[in-house]
Amino acid sequence: MLLDVQDITTYYGASQALFGVDLKMAEGEVVALMGRNGMGKSTTIKSICNLLAPKTGRITFGGKATERMAPYKVARLGVGLVPEGRRCFPNLSVHENLVAAARPGEWTLEKVNALFPRLEERHAQMAKSLSGGEQQMLAIGRALMTNPRLLILDEATEGLAPVIRQDIWRAIRQLKVEGLSILVVDKTLSELLPVADRCVILENGRSVWQGLSGEVSADVQDRYLGV
Amino acid sequence: MLTRENTVNLVLALLLLVAPLAANAFGQPFYVTLATRIAILALAALGLNLALGLGGLVSFGHAAFFGIGGYAAGILSSHALSYEPMIFGLPGTVQMPVIWIVAVVASGLVALAIGAISLRTSGVYFIMITLAFAQMVYYFAISWPAYGGEDGLSIMVRNQFPGANTMKPLSFFLVCYLVLLAGIGLFALIRASRFGAALQAARQNETRVATVGIHPYRIRLTGFVISAMITALAGALYADLNRFVSPSMLSWHMSGELIVLIILGGTGRLFGPLAGAALYVAFEFALGGLTERWQFFLGLILLGVVLFARGGLLGLLAGKAKHG
Repeated sequence: MLLDVQDITTYYGASQALFGVDLKMAEGEVVALMGRNGMGKSTTIKSICNLLAPKTGRITFGGKATERMAPYKVARLGVGLVPEGRRCFPNLSVHENLVAAARPGEWTLEKVNALFPRLEERHAQMAKSLSGGEQQMLAIGRALMTNPRLLILDEATEGLAPVIRQDIWRAIRQLKVEGLSILVVDKTLSELLPVADRCVILENGRSVWQGLSGEVSADVQDRYLGV
Repeated sequence: MLTRENTVNLVLALLLLVAPLAANAFGQPFYVTLATRIAILALAALGLNLALGLGGLVSFGHAAFFGIGGYAAGILSSHALSYEPMIFGLPGTVQMPVIWIVAVVASGLVALAIGAISLRTSGVYFIMITLAFAQMVYYFAISWPAYGGEDGLSIMVRNQFPGANTMKPLSFFLVCYLVLLAGIGLFALIRASRFGAALQAARQNETRVATVGIHPYRIRLTGFVISAMITALAGALYADLNRFVSPSMLSWHMSGELIVLIILGGTGRLFGPLAGAALYVAFEFALGGLTERWQFFLGLILLGVVLFARGGLLGLLAGKAKHG
């Protein structure tokens, strides 16, 4: 088991956001984390990265308990986060953004540039001067440069032009083919379901449905994901 | 690549070299000394710029490192001239390279201790705690009679550098100039390295840096120590320039002056400290000749820079920073 989240509860100060989330991922698996807005997807991700420590429950990554670990140590264990809202380092160049994160492994500058040729074209440009889509590519590239065992994509295609979305989905599919474990949060089910092996659905801070992505029927969608 | 900023940098570097050469040729050693002062202050500010400009660490205590460098030069040479051994029976020395190593190592160790504690705080607390540490060093120097206490310590004969007659103003200037160029080169290397990128990233967003597996504390501590070492090297040169070291090198005015130099020149810019030091010394010389209250006018100029030219002199000359 690569990631094992057992019945976590997480709070923002006094207000409880997660009431018991379970999530398991095997090595090489692509899991979609789904649910309507405000159901706890981003909170679950923050808890996994320990940016927001869960109050109760257990999280192990690669067999190691991470609930008491500093976020940078969790990242070094191999959790690569692409945060919501493509948060690059705005005043660093594309090249510096990537190099700052680099840790030895299969993913190098060349490999990231091959995945996103646009980043190579813009390597000297400041991150804040990139388009939204390019910033997203940079955020994914930066996470890959840490050579993660698990890549977490939080709304990676939100607010992007359809053409750029296609680029991002193409990259995600390629990463899956290479055997990377990926946890994806995304609203575009038509793209998400074919990529994901399994789905976990959250409702009101609880994991309420788990299954293969083929089993996400119209019924399930209506019940948990419809507006 | 000859960008506008590189052109400005090149002009600044050449001006600082050509001006004292010309002054020397016309028999005006005073201006050579002025240029030496610029080079040394630029080096001191360059050190601080690493912490402040790249790391966003507003250290209000860099005078401590500047002064430690100065005292390293003063103490080692006074022992060498009096033939009295220091602790552990070690002899003093008048050789600059040895003095520099001692200055850099001593300040590095002090910076490690100060940084390890100070970097647990941030913002205004970091400013105050670095100031407090520097004041501790300041009062220690004042109350230490063995090395002059409040009166300071004279360096009878300027320390020596192999192959140069440092008593000649121009030779000493060239030594300082080369050290400054080496410092600028080191700064450029650090800024372009993975460590430099991480240091700047940590300034921009601590959480994001943690999510890519970087421990901001360790990166900052390393940056702070390197920064202190460069400033200490400048301190050793400064003591040799004046042939005198006193607690005033350790005072909080000095820390403030270094920050002012950086703001005048352009925060985080490679040649910002040099531009700032040149401007500062020029003001000091030009305005100081007109009025005793030249610092009042410097204050007005600083106000103008902060309000209207936030990139400092380099921002005005070379446009907005690529790094910020």
